[in-house]
Amino acid sequence: MTTTEARPSTPEKEVGKARTRKEDQRLITGRSRYTDSISLTGMLHLAMVRSPFAHARITGIDVGAAKAADGVIAVLTGADLADTQGSLPNAWPIVPEQKAPAHPSIAVDTVNFAGEVVAAVVARTPQAARDAAELVDVDYDELAPVLDLAEAATDATVIHPDLGTNVSAHFVFDSAQAGTGGDVDAAIEQTRADGGVVVERTLRQNRLIPAFMEPRSWVCDPTGDQIVLYAATQIPHVLRVLLALTLGISESKLRIIAPDVGGGFGGKLQVNPEEVITLLAATRLGKPVKYTETRSESMVAAHHGRDQIQKLTMSATRDGKITGFKVQLLADMGAYLAVLGGGVPALGAFMFNAIYKIPAYQFDLTTVFTNKTWTDAYRGAGRPEATFGVERMLDELAAELAMEPLELRQLNWIKHEEFPFTTVSGLQYDSGNYEAATAKAKELFGYDELRAEQQRRRESGDPVQLGIGISTFTEMCGLAPSRILGALAYAAGGWEAASIRMLPTGKVEVVTGSTPHGQGHETAWSQIVADQLGVPFEDIEVLHGDTQIAPKGMDTYGSRSLVVGGQAVINAAQKVIEKAKPLAAHLLEASADDLEFAGGKFTVKGTDTSISMPELAFAAFAAHNLPDGMEPSLDSEATFDPVTFSFPHGTHLAAMEVDTETGMVKLRKYVCVDDIGNVVNPLIAEGQVHGGLAQGIAQAMFEDAVFDEQGTLVSGSFVDYLVPSAADLPHFDTAMTTTPSTTNTLGVKGVGEAGTIASTPAIVNGAIDAVRHLGVADLPMPLSPWAVWRALQGATPASGSAAAAGTGLGGNDPGGTESARMGAGGVADGRDSASDKTEGDRA
Amino acid sequence: MIPAAFDYQAPASVEEALQLLSGGGDTEIKVLAGGQSLLPVLKMRLAAPDLVVDLAKIPGLTGIREDGDRIVVGAMTTHHEVANDPLVAEHLLLLQEAAKTVADPQVRHRGTLGGALVHADPAGDLLAPVLALDAELVISGAAGRRTVPAAEFFQGLFTTAVGEDEILTEIRFPRHTGWGARYEKFTRVVQQWSVVSVAASVRMDGGAIAEAVVALTNMGSTPIRASSVEQALAGCAATAEAVGAAVAGVAEGTSPPADLNGDADYRRQLAVVLARRAVLAAAGVS
Ligand SMILES: Cc1cc2nc3c(=O)[nH]c(=O)nc-3n(C[C@H](O)[C@H](O)[C@H](O)COP(=O)(O)OP(=O)(O)OC[C@H]3O[C@@H](n4cnc5c(N)ncnc54)[C@H](O)[C@@H]3O)c2cc1C
Repeated sequence: MTTTEARPSTPEKEVGKARTRKEDQRLITGRSRYTDSISLTGMLHLAMVRSPFAHARITGIDVGAAKAADGVIAVLTGADLADTQGSLPNAWPIVPEQKAPAHPSIAVDTVNFAGEVVAAVVARTPQAARDAAELVDVDYDELAPVLDLAEAATDATVIHPDLGTNVSAHFVFDSAQAGTGGDVDAAIEQTRADGGVVVERTLRQNRLIPAFMEPRSWVCDPTGDQIVLYAATQIPHVLRVLLALTLGISESKLRIIAPDVGGGFGGKLQVNPEEVITLLAATRLGKPVKYTETRSESMVAAHHGRDQIQKLTMSATRDGKITGFKVQLLADMGAYLAVLGGGVPALGAFMFNAIYKIPAYQFDLTTVFTNKTWTDAYRGAGRPEATFGVERMLDELAAELAMEPLELRQLNWIKHEEFPFTTVSGLQYDSGNYEAATAKAKELFGYDELRAEQQRRRESGDPVQLGIGISTFTEMCGLAPSRILGALAYAAGGWEAASIRMLPTGKVEVVTGSTPHGQGHETAWSQIVADQLGVPFEDIEVLHGDTQIAPKGMDTYGSRSLVVGGQAVINAAQKVIEKAKPLAAHLLEASADDLEFAGGKFTVKGTDTSISMPELAFAAFAAHNLPDGMEPSLDSEATFDPVTFSFPHGTHLAAMEVDTETGMVKLRKYVCVDDIGNVVNPLIAEGQVHGGLAQGIAQAMFEDAVFDEQGTLVSGSFVDYLVPSAADLPHFDTAMTTTPSTTNTLGVKGVGEAGTIASTPAIVNGAIDAVRHLGVADLPMPLSPWAVWRALQGATPASGSAAAAGTGLGGNDPGGTESARMGAGGVADGRDSASDKTEGDRA
Repeated sequence: MIPAAFDYQAPASVEEALQLLSGGGDTEIKVLAGGQSLLPVLKMRLAAPDLVVDLAKIPGLTGIREDGDRIVVGAMTTHHEVANDPLVAEHLLLLQEAAKTVADPQVRHRGTLGGALVHADPAGDLLAPVLALDAELVISGAAGRRTVPAAEFFQGLFTTAVGEDEILTEIRFPRHTGWGARYEKFTRVVQQWSVVSVAASVRMDGGAIAEAVVALTNMGSTPIRASSVEQALAGCAATAEAVGAAVAGVAEGTSPPADLNGDADYRRQLAVVLARRAVLAAAGVS
């Protein structure tokens, strides 16, 4: 208790400061602790034997030589684990009729993708395990692999005979049925009858590999009373529940620890075969066991993302008002349903309508099995697919109507005075200002000058043509209101937990259930709590990632941490203050009603008499002099369940150069103005935007998981799977506009996926805009120079070759407005038969 | 990524190394230079030698020196040294330009010119310059030293004139002092193997090209010398039109590979465009 002369000055606000991340000092000076750095006494090592075939029956496995090899403790096959391994979980049965095949961690009688585990070797050293894995002799009867997504949907060959079909589920959202809009088929017919335009396109979402930096790794210690599993995972809490359910282990006997995790991007949001195998090997042998995958294994076995065929039909009046939008998707699940894989594409149902006022809408999704690596969440999860589809269609519509594409968007988007706005897919957008973000982006970009340059290049027939790519996107973040998840048949809730422990010495421990894996939670949470409790940033420790330390949580994905987890932290802090208040009143001998809390102190209103949080924490600890009936603790916890999503948005503009002689596409300039609501740490937010942009641009320009006709992943190493580096990307001009979210007290919206979701269509729209006047109707992703060059070879330039830039003139589809185009499929055909003879030797 | 077990020796002289290489019987032996190609091959278990003979401890295999009218580069000289050496800059600009495009700084600090040449990946960037600059390669074996011209050195996919019990010790180049040079490397991302590249060096006389050397990367199983284009370029004006016409046939008769980055037709198209650009840039016109 202190009585000071002057009133205490309020400490500087932490939220909003561009602090460098407190976790980085440790991480960049080599004091990181990843799962693979963990070494336990007596630890054994696993190596996997993987199927080289995409589809085959296992007719025999000879483990004799492997078992006899030096240092080998055990060799496990599917038959050995058949009774214990269960079936890997599918947590998102989007419709009750959804079909999910049994998914054993070690294949028992058939393999369904190249890379599937068929046996596991446990040995004293990783070397011995790898050597012995080479000695396991597996006999296969090869089956015809089903690889083409469209063909798989026809059930010509059924992959899982017991399911009777390759179609896992059919999910429909229809605005007429939901009462949120009109009947889309009727709207399209009416538009046609009224002389409007109907644009139909088939677009392809390429298949991506999350390519996180740290390969997946697990260490399982079964030697105590509890089974402890160290895992390179984004989801220790979810994993604990699902492993307990899958394996019949008592949840209370299972402790999951996610130590430092080197990136995930959704790729570590999984319940993995290798995870189950490590756990079962350890418990069977009673010894700690480690498994760390190689990069080559990671490429084939960790889940992939995206991979859709999108058949899109958009109708509009001649003056550009959208009248209907029909979305028909085929989504590739790969060989099995991953934990959320069955539901990820369904998130598009709420996002294809994006920022536009669309009177009639239908989303029709078919999820399909193929003999390829399973797919699941990858940065953006369902929303990049939708944003790509709708933003590409807006450009196509603009071309048909010969309208400036930004003006077409403006004509159809929700105006800022119209918020809150309930969209045709039934979500209520709380806030946004698309006009402001777009105006700022145009200015930063030099939009009009670039349009003029584009026109000059067209007129002079410059071998390098310029295009402008636009993406005015929104996304839904803050996954997720538990009720909505329930309505979508998702197996869990979307709340987040936090607790705050007030230590006797005045330090504060913040426990969060949203487990970071590179995002910077420790810094941002410290900033938030510093402001809430008035304690110094440095005195706050953020704890996470161990189910024993942070027992409750829903982990990190879907741009949810700050929006949901950050709010939970605030709620816990508020409870600490509420608990402290009677104690403060008691010690200050004042009425609680006369106290005010600011700057970490309770002050008796109108006086200089105050008591600080550290003093109260010590008083509670000592417990010598508490109000009657008060428990001696200020510690508090909170669980926050959002009532709705948050909706970041922004305008992204890309200047794309296409070298018509080589097909080379170059991103020359990129401007983005994002509205992510209030910003806790601008440095971290900008980092998230940069990383997100890199990944979204990479989908458009570089990355592609390509399988050959046998079902072997051809782009199975970084020689062929092209992940860009900083050297491949320009400086990004980023800026923000701010309309605070009304769904949480911080006013934040989420930023982790924004760049990825927004950038992909901006890039492709820009590349097409550069060459549309040459007769190119579509370009496949990724925009490989070869594919672009072929598109240019096949194109017939529009008559009047110097078509006006930005008006879409000359962009009329030579095949007529309604001819469906297999964009990527058509252009990229040759790729399927390409094989890299020298690839294996190259490094 | 764990290679199969192997024995390791680091001999102190070429003679000792050759002894190890010849004493094998039917054991498989591999020479190790910078390891930037060999180690991945071992780790992916595409090769499992019984013995690895490391050349790193042998004095005299590194460095760049003048020897009469030749510039001599030791086989164990790293890409980084080649890319930064003043003698190379002055007399072998084409080699230097190409060395700068190899991989990333880490790889350039370990990978060696000799290793790149013996590995003979058709997409390797140093093969075409060595061919274009008329280098001679000095190979040591049990029977002594022999010198092979670059035109006879590259024999096929990953195959060279160096026998299994031989070592490439140095690469000898005639000086190309004052020649302009350009290694026009076409890749999709900055750090990538060549889809196709064109190595060109020219000697200018007034505004015209007096002499030119041109070789192609990844247009076949070995680097390809574009001799007829070189002839067409001799005396050619350094203009886009004239050079374009002179290089138009640069891809004729080639059988380039097909892979994810392009088929044969596309690579032929690239070769023509890149050859024009490389020659013009080498001539100081861009
Ligand atoms: C990530 C990465 C990217 C790369 N990108 C490129 C690129 O863009 N362009 C490019 O050109 N290269 C690239 N490389 C390859 C690099 O140039 C290697 O350095 C080169 O191919 C091999 O040189 P080394 O010294 O490492 O040879 P090593 O790997 O040690 O050996 C290669 C082969 O040559 C044999 N050998 C080596 N030296 C001798 C000798 N003196 N006598 C006899 N036999 C010998 C070895 O036995 C082995 O078979 C890349 C490599 C990596 C790892």
